[in-house]
Amino acid sequence: MLPFFEWCEATWLGTAVRESIWAFPVIEAVHLLGLSLLGGSLLIVDLRMLGIGLTRQPIALLARDARPWLLAAIAVMILTGVPLFLSEAVKCYYSTPFRVKVIALPLALVYTFVVRERVAQQPALETSRRSRAAGAVSIALWLTVAAAGRWIGYS
Amino acid sequence: MPSLRAFLEWLAATPWSIALLESRYVWPLVESTHVLTLALFVGTAAMNDLRLLGITLMRAPASDVTGRLLRVTRRAFAVMVTTGLLLFYSNPVHYYHNVFFRIKLLLLIVAGLNVWLFHGRIHRRVTQWDLDPVPPRAARVAGAVSLLAWAAIVVAGRMIAYNWFDCELQPQRAFVNWAAGCVAGEH
Repeated sequence: MLPFFEWCEATWLGTAVRESIWAFPVIEAVHLLGLSLLGGSLLIVDLRMLGIGLTRQPIALLARDARPWLLAAIAVMILTGVPLFLSEAVKCYYSTPFRVKVIALPLALVYTFVVRERVAQQPALETSRRSRAAGAVSIALWLTVAAAGRWIGYS
Repeated sequence: MPSLRAFLEWLAATPWSIALLESRYVWPLVESTHVLTLALFVGTAAMNDLRLLGITLMRAPASDVTGRLLRVTRRAFAVMVTTGLLLFYSNPVHYYHNVFFRIKLLLLIVAGLNVWLFHGRIHRRVTQWDLDPVPPRAARVAGAVSLLAWAAIVVAGRMIAYNWFDCELQPQRAFVNWAAGCVAGEH
């Protein structure tokens, strides 16, 4: 596996980001802006499923309105996350938080677009045990991704 | 302002400030909380702004969003302020002379004024446009200003971590030294 990470770090994009003074911080700042949008579009639905926030709106309606913003946010996160990773791929290889993130991220994505999306289709205004569980699991998964992401920087 | 500098120097010398800065886990934990709460705080604020701009949640009454969603935003803001103050307390003199920290404070004032104007004037007549998918111009402007201000605050906040314009790194341009309030001959 290590040779692959070394190859990643040697790509022109990885090299360019690493050798620039500004590139990493600027891409990182956009990554954080993406996090804000991701947080907003994800959490208004998750919190709603827990019975917090926009409780007068049906979950299905909120989920539908938030969906394009969620997709845009995920696109921003991936487009900025990849060059950040390439610039320090070998460090990431040895980083436990990075490994946690790489495992938690696909889980969070699959959960959001397979399980939560189905649960969110309920038209009723009341939260159910199912919706509360889905909201809580979604928050836990994405929190793991975000916290692990932040912790890569400390390792 | 030498008196403010003196106060911050005193603050930096307090045992709790030193302990926080040198702590191996508490400081990263406080900083992570600051960064991760961003998703909740700026996230929900941004969804509110997008509603004011008339580009999302258009079927929800504007007052529902400003009422119920902003309640969550305010709580998240309390966490942002608490963790932010703790981070500042851990290294007050350093942040005081950080250009991006100063920019961030100015932008926070802009965002604060916008909140004050919006809730003091525009939002008072919310019943007149509550169900409009696209709110009136004044509300849209407030939403746009908020969105831009918070985005700039996030970027400035992230840049605080970099030392390009630190007083310790001389020579700097005269403008940078002025903006960072560097004391000549101190470094």
